Amino acid sequence: MKLEAREVSFRYGSGGRRVLDRVSLTVESKEHIGLIAPSGFGKTTLLKLLAGYERPDSGEVLLDGRPLAEFEDYCPVQMIWQHPELSVNPRRRLKTVLLEADWEKEAKDRARIEGELGILDEWKERYPAEVSGGELQRFCIARALGRRTKILLADEITTMLDLVTQGEIWSFLRKELKQREIGLVAVSHSPKLLEKVCSRIVRLD
Amino acid sequence: MEKEILRIERLSVSFSQYGRGLARRRLSAVEELSLSVYAGEIVAVVGSSGSGKSLLAHAVMGILPYNGRLEGRIWFNGEPLTQKRAAKLRGKELCLVPQNVSYLDPLMRVGEQVTGGRSSPSRRGKCKSVLAGYGLEAGVERKYPFQLSGGMIRRILISTAVMETPKLVIADEPTPGLHPEAAGRVMGHFKEIAKAGAGVLLITHDIELALLTADRVVVLYGGRMIEEAPASAFSDETKLSHPYTRALCRSMPKNWNPDGERLCDTGDILSYMRKEYGR
Repeated sequence: MKLEAREVSFRYGSGGRRVLDRVSLTVESKEHIGLIAPSGFGKTTLLKLLAGYERPDSGEVLLDGRPLAEFEDYCPVQMIWQHPELSVNPRRRLKTVLLEADWEKEAKDRARIEGELGILDEWKERYPAEVSGGELQRFCIARALGRRTKILLADEITTMLDLVTQGEIWSFLRKELKQREIGLVAVSHSPKLLEKVCSRIVRLD
Repeated sequence: MEKEILRIERLSVSFSQYGRGLARRRLSAVEELSLSVYAGEIVAVVGSSGSGKSLLAHAVMGILPYNGRLEGRIWFNGEPLTQKRAAKLRGKELCLVPQNVSYLDPLMRVGEQVTGGRSSPSRRGKCKSVLAGYGLEAGVERKYPFQLSGGMIRRILISTAVMETPKLVIADEPTPGLHPEAAGRVMGHFKEIAKAGAGVLLITHDIELALLTADRVVVLYGGRMIEEAPASAFSDETKLSHPYTRALCRSMPKNWNPDGERLCDTGDILSYMRKEYGR
């Protein structure tokens, strides 16, 4: 699949600064792109447009030539956010986070992914505030890797984690994405990380 | 040998916590930690979240929460550092660059916060020159915290520490949210502070950044010190002794192997540490 942002522009509200000004980016499954730009440049905003959480003021976002909104069932473009604690419901047990994903009936993939991410059964009965940030982010990653995911957007997904956890998570993701031919757009504060994980670096400046 | 500015001996910090009903229990957060900081030196304290880094800073500053209990001994500049003495030296010889923006008073202009409320023409002048030295434009002292960006706030927080002539600066996670160049500049500021003769205790989880600046690195895990090593040891992991420190070293993205099956071979160090250290 091919995900394409064509000359997208965006501002928050009506009076604000134009965060993105005619930005274009194309990513195909199989391709791993690292996005580098100074802070405040609209990296997260661009990912939100690519994922369909926001609509561009002008320009368009197309998946295989069709607007994202036309994909009514499962959205093949999934995003993992920088702050896992803000992207899960704090009042529901963690097992419910996993149920939000797109698994097949027998859920073989799900068991495998949980195993490779090191998600322990005892964590699933806990609430989000009762596990560490690294443990929580593993749930969010598993949730985004449902069966029909074709493009993954990763917004500083390991910034708040310790180095060892960061290494484990990226080792897993790289292997998983390669195997399943899932495309990646990753934003990170560490250019070295992106150089090691991505096949192409795009600079937005 | 330079003068020993800070000496911590077998420091433990624990908290009393109410469990079910009136049952009280003690929760140990820092255990038997010893370290020293010398004049002109930057010592980095690294460790993942929950390893007790910030508590170490707060224990030295004498600002632990009311239910915290401190054991062990702290010397500052050759004399025991009691809570009372810490309260007297705080903001003068002993300065904290706090972790986040919320330590600033949202209703007070930042200039007043940098001068510490003791406003005289000479202090205002010094404040202006300190702010200018950190690349903040004239007039910034009349702004309120909400009017400044994250990077500007960081520089304001550092300015509060260098208004005086501190002997010890403790910086608690001074760089998250900054892009690499800005973080590098902040580190440069701490180098200058050390060059001026102060000891700097740099608390961070960003090991790569710490290695660029620090002379020595202290690694904490689960409230305990697991290793102390010169920064240079991290370029050759055989010089590191603890398996977790070696795993940290391999986990730095610059050491990742993009062709390997895993980017970095850390075995199952995390489950090993969970077993050994109980968290």
